[in-house]
Amino acid sequence: MWVEVLTPDQTLFNGEAKVVSCPGVDGSFQILENHAPMIANLREGTLEISGDDSHSFSVQSGLVEVLKNKVIVLV
Amino acid sequence: MAGQKEIRSRIASTISTQQITKAMKLVSATKLRKASEAIVRMRPYAEKLQGIMAGLQESADDDRLAVYFKAREVQKVALLIITSDRGLCGAFNANVVKRVRAMAAGELAGKQVQYICIGKKGAESLKRLGFDCDTRFVNALNGLSAESAFDLASTILEEFKAGQYDQVTVVYNRFKNAATQILSADAFLPVSPADKAEATQGSSDYLFEPSKVAILEDLIPRSLKTQLYRSMLDSLASEHGARMIAMDKATDNAGELLRSLRLAYNQARQAAITREISEIVGGVAALEGA
Repeated sequence: MWVEVLTPDQTLFNGEAKVVSCPGVDGSFQILENHAPMIANLREGTLEISGDDSHSFSVQSGLVEVLKNKVIVLV
Repeated sequence: MAGQKEIRSRIASTISTQQITKAMKLVSATKLRKASEAIVRMRPYAEKLQGIMAGLQESADDDRLAVYFKAREVQKVALLIITSDRGLCGAFNANVVKRVRAMAAGELAGKQVQYICIGKKGAESLKRLGFDCDTRFVNALNGLSAESAFDLASTILEEFKAGQYDQVTVVYNRFKNAATQILSADAFLPVSPADKAEATQGSSDYLFEPSKVAILEDLIPRSLKTQLYRSMLDSLASEHGARMIAMDKATDNAGELLRSLRLAYNQARQAAITREISEIVGGVAALEGA
C-alpha cells in the first residue's frame, strides 16, 4: 500500500509500505494491506512505517486516513 | 547649470543607489521563490485536510463543535493584521493600514477592537496613528514555521473560545503572483456557515476512530491553524513580490535619472570647451587686430 506522511511544512514520507503502526487516541493500532476505509485521530507517540525500509516519526497529534490501500497521515 | 563636478558626484551616487536597488531586487526574487515554495509545500496537507473536513460536514452540527460555528452578537473583535517587518516594498504595508483604518471607522465603529499586529511595520504605523496595538506576536514572521504559526493560532483560538473575542478577522495581502497582491480581510472565526455547506458526500463508508465528532474536534482547529499559517505565508510571499517590483522600478528610475544626468554633464562639458575655444579665438583676434 502507498503511504504519505504530510506536515504543513513538508512531506516526511512518500512510498510503499507493508505495515503502519499508529498511536491512536484509544490505543495503538496497525494498518495492513487492504484495510477498510478509516479516519482516526492520533495522540502523542511514535508512528512506524515498515516495508522494504523502516521509518519512524514521533508525532504530537495527528490524523490518519485510509482509503483504497492509500494511507495518508497528517501530523 | 550645475557645475561639472557636482554633476559628476551626483552620477556617482546614483550609480551606487542603482546597484543597491538592483541587489535588493535579486535578493527579493530569491526570497519570493522560497516563500512561494513554502506555499506549494503546504498545499497537499491543506487539501487533504479540506477533503476530510468536507466528508464530515453532516456531523458538524454537534453541540460540542458549536463553539467554532456559532455566531455570537459581535461586541469584541480581534483584528489580526499581517504586515511586513521591513519597509521598501511599495504600498504593501500602507494598504493594510489604510484598510484597517477604514474598518475601524466603518464596520467596527463602536465595537471593542483588539488590534493584534503581526509584523513590525504595521504595528509602527498603527501606533503612530494612535491605535492601541497588541504586540504579543509582532515578531511572528521572523523565522516563521508551521509550528510557530500553529502556536500563535492556538493562542487566538483559546482566547476566542474563552470569550475574549466574538469575531476574529485577518487582514493581509493575499499572494496572487509576483506582481499582484490582493488585499483581503478574511473572516477567521467563527467559522462561517458558507464553508460548512461545501460538498457533502461519501463519508459513510469510513470507520471513525474514536468518533466523527472527536475527529472534527481535532480537525477544525487544525484546519483553522493551517488557514492562518497559509495567510502568513501568503503575506510573506506578497511582501517579497512587492519589494521586488518596487526595487525594479527604483532601478529603472535610477537608470533614467542617470541618463539625464549624463546628458547634463556632457552639455556642461561641451559648453566649457566651447567657451574656452571662443576665448582663445577671441584672444587671437585681439592680438591680430593690434
